[in-house]
Amino acid sequence: MPIIPVNYYIFLSLALFAIGIVGVLTRRNAIIIFMCIELMLNAVNILLVAFSKMHHVAAFALDKTTTVGTEAQLFVFFIMVVAAAEVTVGLAIIVMLYRNIHSVDINFLNRLKH
Amino acid sequence: MSKFIFLIPLLPFVGFLINGLGRNFLSKTLIGIIGSGVLVASFVLSLLAFSQVSEPGFTVQVINLFDFIKVAGLNIPFAFQIDQLSSLFLLIITGIGSLIHIYSIAYMHEETPAHFARYFAYLNLFVFSMLLLVMGANFIVMFIGWEGVGLCSYLLIGYWFGNNSYNNAAKKAFIMNRIGDLGFLLAIFWMLSQFGSITYAEVFAKASTAPVTVLTGITILLFIGAMGKSAQIPLYTWLPDAMAGPTPVSALIHAATMVTAGIYMIARSNVLYTLAPTAQHLVAIVGIATALLAATIALKQNDIKKILAYSTVSQLGLMFMALGVGAYTGGVFHVMTHAFFKALLFLGAGSVIHAMHHEQDIMKMGGLRKKLPITHITFLIGCLAIAGLPPFSGFFSKDEILAAAHDMHPIYYALGVITSLMTAFYMFRLYFLTFSGTFRGTEAQAEHLHESPFSMTFPLIILALFSIAGGWVGIPAVFAENAHKLSAFLLPVLPERHQHHHFSHSMELMMMGAVVLLIVVMILIAAKKFASVKSSEEKQLSGLGKFLANKWYVDEFYDLLVVKPVSQLAAFLSKVVDQKIIDGLVNGVGRGVQFSARQLRWLQSGQTGSYVLIMTVSIILFFIFQLLWKA
Amino acid sequence: MHITEILFWILTALALFSALMVVSSDNPVHSVLWLILVFMAITGHYILMNAQFLAIVNMIVYAGAIMVLFLFVIMFMNLNKDSEPQKSVWLRLAAVVSGGSLLLILVAALKDNGGYINSMKGEGSIGLIKNLGNTLFTEYVVPFEISSILFLSAMVGAVVLGKKESSTPAA
Repeated sequence: MPIIPVNYYIFLSLALFAIGIVGVLTRRNAIIIFMCIELMLNAVNILLVAFSKMHHVAAFALDKTTTVGTEAQLFVFFIMVVAAAEVTVGLAIIVMLYRNIHSVDINFLNRLKH
Repeated sequence: MSKFIFLIPLLPFVGFLINGLGRNFLSKTLIGIIGSGVLVASFVLSLLAFSQVSEPGFTVQVINLFDFIKVAGLNIPFAFQIDQLSSLFLLIITGIGSLIHIYSIAYMHEETPAHFARYFAYLNLFVFSMLLLVMGANFIVMFIGWEGVGLCSYLLIGYWFGNNSYNNAAKKAFIMNRIGDLGFLLAIFWMLSQFGSITYAEVFAKASTAPVTVLTGITILLFIGAMGKSAQIPLYTWLPDAMAGPTPVSALIHAATMVTAGIYMIARSNVLYTLAPTAQHLVAIVGIATALLAATIALKQNDIKKILAYSTVSQLGLMFMALGVGAYTGGVFHVMTHAFFKALLFLGAGSVIHAMHHEQDIMKMGGLRKKLPITHITFLIGCLAIAGLPPFSGFFSKDEILAAAHDMHPIYYALGVITSLMTAFYMFRLYFLTFSGTFRGTEAQAEHLHESPFSMTFPLIILALFSIAGGWVGIPAVFAENAHKLSAFLLPVLPERHQHHHFSHSMELMMMGAVVLLIVVMILIAAKKFASVKSSEEKQLSGLGKFLANKWYVDEFYDLLVVKPVSQLAAFLSKVVDQKIIDGLVNGVGRGVQFSARQLRWLQSGQTGSYVLIMTVSIILFFIFQLLWKA
Repeated sequence: MHITEILFWILTALALFSALMVVSSDNPVHSVLWLILVFMAITGHYILMNAQFLAIVNMIVYAGAIMVLFLFVIMFMNLNKDSEPQKSVWLRLAAVVSGGSLLLILVAALKDNGGYINSMKGEGSIGLIKNLGNTLFTEYVVPFEISSILFLSAMVGAVVLGKKESSTPAA
């Protein structure tokens, strides 16, 4: 029986998340920043599925018909739904931004200062 | 009965709303009809209430309208109480109020519609507040009315706000009233903490459980409230100045109704006062002192309204003395008769002033008897009534007060008699200077002289009838047994005076006769001195006369003692405390904020990236903190 | 070493490497392509965990629809050049340091979680379409329908935002 500690998945997820954060912090292109945010969302998704599996395995040892862990996977499904909607609106905003300032460089978005 | 009771105060309030809001649209006729109509309607309702109260077997009715204040352990309902005392005051207020409203229609006819409506709106609001004051079933509702009448008094004294001295008079009245109101308010709080309630019934039921010192404190505070509202020493100086208002206002507010609110309040809380003899003595002493002081000042005044004002202060003093010696019925009786003849005198004075084109100096009048016949007759009746000659109403009420005073202490009696004599003298000085002799005014005024229109003389006639007959409800036992109907009527609310000594009827009759004789002598002296004054030139006053004409210099004394120091304190506060300390503080805070804002500004780069960086660093710090916390 | 473990390490290495390339490549189009690779690796992980439905959805929705949308926008705005201006070196260093310390702190916080074991193989069937669909259309039917409203509003929002403003002048 192949066994992988859940910690590995946690570390994988955290690594992806940290890479996403570094991307958000270092890049100036709004689209790339947006992609990094998607990356962070996916890191969380992995974590959810891994925990779902973990609990399922624990419950399965006692009861062969258990459905423990279903909710977590549905949750991931809803996250994807929301992410899709978010991407639609976000990209629309970026398109409008480009139309207005002819750039997607967030350094030009310093109106908050004024 | 409870079904229509709430309409009695509500109708004037509706009148106030209509006149106040519609002052730019309504015609003067309509304003007058609305303003007086609501009062007549509520007078009719008051009559109904009164007739039901006077039926045998009537018990006190308390009508709860709604909960006014309801917090833990404290419930103050907005409730009306209808009993003998409040129904009597209802009649006086709405009855005399109606007459004065009708009178005002003619008296104020020179005003523009908007100001005319403003006048009637204030007047209606005043009646509303006054009705709240007497109808309330607890001290809070009374206090609401109490403040309301103070406000209306202020508004009406300053009715002609174009004249700055009138405004000052209004402010003076308001501020002096506020001093008294503070006493009243403190008394309410004290009662609340002592008895846990301020409803009349509960307070009076629990009164005997409280220590005498507490009751004395409460009653003295209540009396301070009464001092302000009813113009007693030391807070009386506002009332003569209040004559700046239109004359019908002086008649209604500053003679017949509002200034008697203090009497009503003390009569209402007679249970407390009976348990606190010290406070009662204080009431009597202040009352008689005020009566004497005001009477002496009235001797030397020349302004027709000022004389009446000081006379009012003096009569109020007598009423307080009556309350102080325990003759609550006598005090209320005098309130009633005084309301009749003083309203009559003020309205008569108003009629004279109207005819004289707003001339108020009696030295410039004279010989008005022929030109103003109705005013003359009614005014004479008023003077006879206030002087206290039988069978006019003033005789009976004053006699009752003097009898009670004698019962308490002869000194009170002697001072009361002296006050009465002075009253007779200055009232007839006023009467003779105004109506007999030759006219001393200008030619233009002489040509203009005319009797007032019917809507002004009608109230005079009605009030004159009541000034004659109003006292017959309280005929003393000397003349007929059980003829004191008022005392019997008020017995459930006001206890009968506890008699210390009992005179034989012959002795009492003799004293009465002696007083009446002295009063007649006074009138004759006044007639001899003033009936045929020729010139309007004043004699140069000296000594005591000057002292009295200047009102004992009380105003100047107050100016020196209170007004000047307060002004100086205010100047100090404004120049030093406000400009230096407060402004410095405020500006310092502003500068500090600006300085720190400049230091912090570099954080706000406007770059989203830097905000995200700060956020990340903060999250890291939070995690570190949490880890350390666990460890 | 079992075959699934080998697959796990390969997929993990692929995901991390691709993610680093997403962040570091200059050309946005390359970034998108690397991101698709990350998503594919994550899909592989889902399959390893027997979450077949999520694997398919992830492939179709993320790697398919969403990334195509990104590509489309980039093409549309003609951004596929390497000329993106860079942030200052110090700022980038601060970003990397803070990202790294976040990773460090999170690992430190979660590393004691080792008691539980995650099986790679197909015991249970919660990740299958049958089970998920059953739950989704019974217990979670209301949120599911609500999500359709979310989509509708997102669509309307995108149209409104993306529309050329004819009446008011552009800011």
